[in-house]
Amino acid sequence: MTVTDPSATASRKPEAIKAIPLRHPWRWVAAVVVFAAAASALYTFATAPNLSWRAVGQFFFFPAILRGILITLALTVIAMAIGVSLGVLLAVMRLSVNPVVSTVSWFYIWFFRGTPVLVQIFFWYNLALILPFLRIGIPFTHIQWVGVTNQIVSPFLAATLGLGLNEAAYMSEIVRAGIISVDQGQTEAAQALGMTRTRVMRRIVLPQAMRVILPPTGNETISMLKTSSLASIATVGELFYAQGQISNANFDIVELLVVASIWYLFMTSILTFGQYYLERYFARGSARQLPVTPLQRFRRTFFGSHVTPQMVQADPLPTPPRHPF
Amino acid sequence: MPTPMVLAESVHKSFGRLEVLRGIDLEVAPSEVMCIVGPSGSGKSTFLRCINHLEKIDAGRLSVDGELVGYREHGGKIYELPDSEVCRKRAEIGMVFQRFNLFPHMTSIENITEAPIRVKGEPERVAVERGKALLDRVGLADKVDVYPNQLSGGQQQRVAIARALAMQPKLMLFDEPTSALDPELVGDVLDVMRGLAQDGMTMIVVTHEMGFAREVGDALVFMDGGVIVESGNPRDVLANPQHARTKSFLSKVL
Repeated sequence: MTVTDPSATASRKPEAIKAIPLRHPWRWVAAVVVFAAAASALYTFATAPNLSWRAVGQFFFFPAILRGILITLALTVIAMAIGVSLGVLLAVMRLSVNPVVSTVSWFYIWFFRGTPVLVQIFFWYNLALILPFLRIGIPFTHIQWVGVTNQIVSPFLAATLGLGLNEAAYMSEIVRAGIISVDQGQTEAAQALGMTRTRVMRRIVLPQAMRVILPPTGNETISMLKTSSLASIATVGELFYAQGQISNANFDIVELLVVASIWYLFMTSILTFGQYYLERYFARGSARQLPVTPLQRFRRTFFGSHVTPQMVQADPLPTPPRHPF
Repeated sequence: MPTPMVLAESVHKSFGRLEVLRGIDLEVAPSEVMCIVGPSGSGKSTFLRCINHLEKIDAGRLSVDGELVGYREHGGKIYELPDSEVCRKRAEIGMVFQRFNLFPHMTSIENITEAPIRVKGEPERVAVERGKALLDRVGLADKVDVYPNQLSGGQQQRVAIARALAMQPKLMLFDEPTSALDPELVGDVLDVMRGLAQDGMTMIVVTHEMGFAREVGDALVFMDGGVIVESGNPRDVLANPQHARTKSFLSKVL
């Protein structure tokens, strides 16, 4: 039998391995090829004979374009707010033990996921055609409130409703996926402590579901930023509508599409970064290794893989997110 | 004779076609430590979960402290209890799970004080103070602000026990509390449970720890195939089992 004092072995630790890192020549070759192809494509496009970069620059900060950007952002934020809050409600309803409530949710999702969002926006926009007046009242009394539909449902509201209500159907499926990803034992433990269903959902299940819900929600937000261009059919002056108005007048069609595209790319890029770091934040507390940052990934690709693991672990021990509910 | 803390009379439970409990009769007196042993699939855990109405029984009678579980009896008829009443009764029964089931997004102290504050409406200051005392009692006074994923399995289970105790239950249910633990960590958890028993807590313990059953248990039942095959004083049953099924099971575990 051999007995070893555990503290003694530590002092005899051999020198760390200093190996020459494995070279990756084909990565460099591939990088050069891809770069050359991309550069030539870009050059062809940039030097197209009839593309006026002057016009692109001229309209890039045009007041109507800037106002369009603000409206695009407003549409995105409001529609996503409706989508997320209604989506959570629908998901909880869908999982309810009450058959009436879960059926209502099922029908909502069936309807709004099953019709094109373009049709929905157009429907709200033309609501006045079938309902010229909106009435809200208490039955069997004279208490009622009447409004003219065209004054209430502005183009902006029609677009917001169309985008938001449609988004809620998709968000509810995302939230539902998050909820059912939480271990059943969590619900049982909470119930055993005497918590009601509602409290279990709000305090225990939803905060844990966040980690699963967040990545696709970021995806939906980015998607919404672009889908909001459909509001143009309801004559909402968002970015796509604004650029169309200008090119209708001066026929610089592609130039203005370039302006709009650059702005869309700029906004989605910011959202992508935001989503990335938000996810990283919510991965804390559950993941032992945080996902790599783009910079770490770049270094790993070109300068060998031995650099990264230590760098990732070198992040300070994370504080998990406080429960937001 | 005092009201039994738990009284089961011919309790039946099926999952679809599978009959999990086929007539359980059991009485647990206040301050008694009842150990339930048996092979997996024998219905031990299901019976335990019936006691706090995590599962509904199909037939028979099951009462805790003289009141039916999940139902109200009035004029010879049985009425289902509303959710709020079921919750109120569950709050009086502590439960400890095999897989701990601590809330991973909350620190130890938050795990412990969540239910006292939100369910019982205790002031936060009071709940935190008692939570810290409970952590001290389970030997984890230095782990107040630590998240579950930074604790070992044994530590997590002791926090889970403290969480159940924070509701000041009159009955504690343990569902194989040491089965998911490294052998080295089992002792700490059993020590905590031993201390509870000495303080007079009524406990029902589903376990494979025969040593604990022999030393701490006041009574022991052996379950197999959804029925109680043999019951009695733990020392007698473990040393001198009568039924052939008990003999063969114990010969493999001991």
